[in-house]
Amino acid sequence: MEETNHVSGKPKHFPPFGDEQILMPIRALIVDDSSVMRKIVDRSLRQAGIEISQLFEAGNGAEALGVVQDNKVDLILCDINMPVMDGLEFIKQLATVDNAKGVPVVMITTEGSEAHVVQALACGARGYIRKPFTADQVKEHVIPILAGKP
Amino acid sequence: MTPVNQPPTNHGHQDWIPVLELATQEVFELMLGCQLVKPAAPANGAPANITGMVGLAGQLCGVLSIGCDEKAAALMASKMLGIELSKVGRPEIADALGEVCNMAAGNFKNKISGLGDGCMLSPPSVITGDDYNIHSMAESPSLEISLLFESMPIHVCLQIHS
Repeated sequence: MEETNHVSGKPKHFPPFGDEQILMPIRALIVDDSSVMRKIVDRSLRQAGIEISQLFEAGNGAEALGVVQDNKVDLILCDINMPVMDGLEFIKQLATVDNAKGVPVVMITTEGSEAHVVQALACGARGYIRKPFTADQVKEHVIPILAGKP
Repeated sequence: MTPVNQPPTNHGHQDWIPVLELATQEVFELMLGCQLVKPAAPANGAPANITGMVGLAGQLCGVLSIGCDEKAAALMASKMLGIELSKVGRPEIADALGEVCNMAAGNFKNKISGLGDGCMLSPPSVITGDDYNIHSMAESPSLEISLLFESMPIHVCLQIHS
């Protein structure tokens, strides 16, 4: 069954137009203990051509769980090393939140080792971006996920 | 990012200096959109009234610090946030320098073969003030580099404890 946009009920993506996917505006949650980094991730998403209809921010995994319990989101970008609750614990607990079932999580972190990538993907992350990163890298990782590609 | 995969060696780690330099330069290039350049002469005695620090633990134990003048740190925050310099406040300055330090440490360890998995990073800390010195209790080597960020000196130091 095709994934639908939570607001409009219309398909979340249209067929490819040239090389570009035309995406519907999304509701994004950015989880990072650095407010500067949250702004950078937000800007990178917009530079990647992703229109954000609603932006939520959280400073750690526990705050982020509170956000997804109260709000529908379409995409979560999450750091790993954070106080209170780290990113890996967050995605484990995210699986128990009905509101967030199927919401893709992309990790954005300085912990770029192979073991960390494997661990994050095993916990349920759909993508992994190493800091420092460019808007192009965000586009490369996030657009296929939003477009429903495996 | 440029992969280096420098194997760990044990002779003072001076061969890590180019890796540390590259790791730092990549952070500024990718996240701030600017190039760091090497100063023509060592910037001895240049003021550093703000220092970001990240601890490393595991196969490599130590502290990576980046010190600079507060004006330089404010400009980093301005570039990272994409806002005017005059709109940058102290919390953003500390946050930005801490993140730069965190990314430089992460990028550095990921370039040293075996450290990516075997070394953890602490959350960054930032020290501010006009008159402070940082003393390590461990008798350990340190790798130091000076670079210019928009003509302002920044000092990168990796103190290796074990």
